[in-house]
Amino acid sequence: MTNTAETSTADLHRLMALMTGDEKHGPAATSTLDALQVLYDRVLRVTPATVDAPERDRFLLSKGHGPMAYYAVLAAKGFLAEDLLPGFGSYDSPLGHHPDRMLVPGAEIGSGSLGHGLPLAVGSALGLRAQGLTDPRVWVLVGDAELDEGSNHEAIAYAGAAGLEQLHTVVIDNASASYARPGGIVARFEAAGWSAETVDGRDHEAMYAAFTRPHPGRPRAVVARVEPKNA
Amino acid sequence: MDTMRDRFIATTGRLLDEDPRLAVVLAEISADGFQRAAARHPDRVVNVGIREQLLIGVGGGMALTGMRPVMHTFASFLVERPFEQVKLDLGHQGVGGVLVSAGASYDWPAGGFTHMSPGDVALLDTLDDWTVHVPGHPDEAEALLRHAVAGDDRVYVRLSLQVNDRARTVTGEGFLRVREGRGGVVVAVGPMLDGVLAATEGLDVTVLYATTVRPFDGEAVRRAVAGGGTADVVLVEPYLAGTSTAAATEALADVPHRVLGLGVGRRELRRYGGMDEHLAAHGLDPRGLRARITAFLRG
Repeated sequence: MTNTAETSTADLHRLMALMTGDEKHGPAATSTLDALQVLYDRVLRVTPATVDAPERDRFLLSKGHGPMAYYAVLAAKGFLAEDLLPGFGSYDSPLGHHPDRMLVPGAEIGSGSLGHGLPLAVGSALGLRAQGLTDPRVWVLVGDAELDEGSNHEAIAYAGAAGLEQLHTVVIDNASASYARPGGIVARFEAAGWSAETVDGRDHEAMYAAFTRPHPGRPRAVVARVEPKNA
Repeated sequence: MDTMRDRFIATTGRLLDEDPRLAVVLAEISADGFQRAAARHPDRVVNVGIREQLLIGVGGGMALTGMRPVMHTFASFLVERPFEQVKLDLGHQGVGGVLVSAGASYDWPAGGFTHMSPGDVALLDTLDDWTVHVPGHPDEAEALLRHAVAGDDRVYVRLSLQVNDRARTVTGEGFLRVREGRGGVVVAVGPMLDGVLAATEGLDVTVLYATTVRPFDGEAVRRAVAGGGTADVVLVEPYLAGTSTAAATEALADVPHRVLGLGVGRRELRRYGGMDEHLAAHGLDPRGLRARITAFLRG
């Protein structure tokens, strides 16, 4: 079900420029771009034809800030029409500065308020399992500062204890949290019983290997490091 | 008699056997009661531990996959603590679910204000498109719960230890007319009915019984008012006073009218004791109700 045609980085930048009118983009917009590209090109088993199929993989963008990279990837993959991009943020556009699942084709959740995607992903994994759908995988993308939200602590602790193997979290780490975590982000997940690994968030092969590493009986977290937000 | 909460646990256990779409999400509260159901349906009875934000987020996520989640804990922790989750993980995502609370406004007065939630319905009123059931008897709780579970929408079922002596036939919509009169209309919500009937004994008033308060049955109130000589309406609610006043005035917008909203006072009592003492303190015992209702109708 994975899309066979891979996106080109140049094309994604062209699509993002349709929203921003600029070839250069803010850190929030581009921090997720490479991870999204690898996920949608090579990992997620979902296409525009299967957006409603029960067996599809779910991708939940929890870090709803700076969604231009997300919209660009969805457009490149054919989930939404490219001609919607220039209207970004306008009254008649379905594409807001935070995405709304009721408006954006292909978006699994509406997000923007931090700390909702991971708990929703836990519930999605549980809901799929309860229906005997053990093949679909649930992915959620969060930011490193977003992990400060208590709701995420609740979700991480529970998912590890429950051994939710279908659940996958990508943490985009642009060092934007005010306080460093003792031992780093991976330690937080490992302490809760997750399989976890840190990779270079610009290295597509490293991310692909980390995203697809087996993790029997445990949820999986991949921390994708990118340039610090305030660098 | 069993409690509404006992009935909720027993009924939901049976519904889990019948409806593969149904799931129950708990945060420790009532987990003991659901032990047998959890053993039979381990994937559909989920206890997330003492994590109320996750409780609602998990329900929302399950609903996104097509399940019908029932989320349950004490009202304070179900509606107030994770309120943004209720707003965003259900409503904003465009999915439904059933919130079932226990504890109500002062089911456990000795437990103090941390376990009282008189503001739950008013808080839900800030959100669009919630159905709110306030049963007054375990039989009604079961009927309303079955109605809620069968749908796809967002429903709040507010269970309490405060009950009426007997159950009425409730359908999950509209108000029932339980007494006829011409000198005013009193709307009794859920467990306030017995107190209202006692308080209005011998008064020439219509008494409407409301167990489904949202949507508010404005048509029933308009009809009741039209049948009398005066458009005076008293709302008697087991939660924050005035919670339904806006709905009543909206229903009567084109009729000269007066509305009195009775319910739990906003001021924190800082008292323990028993439920009767709290009812009296808020003027919601029959004696307090009669005094305030007659004073208003005379006015």
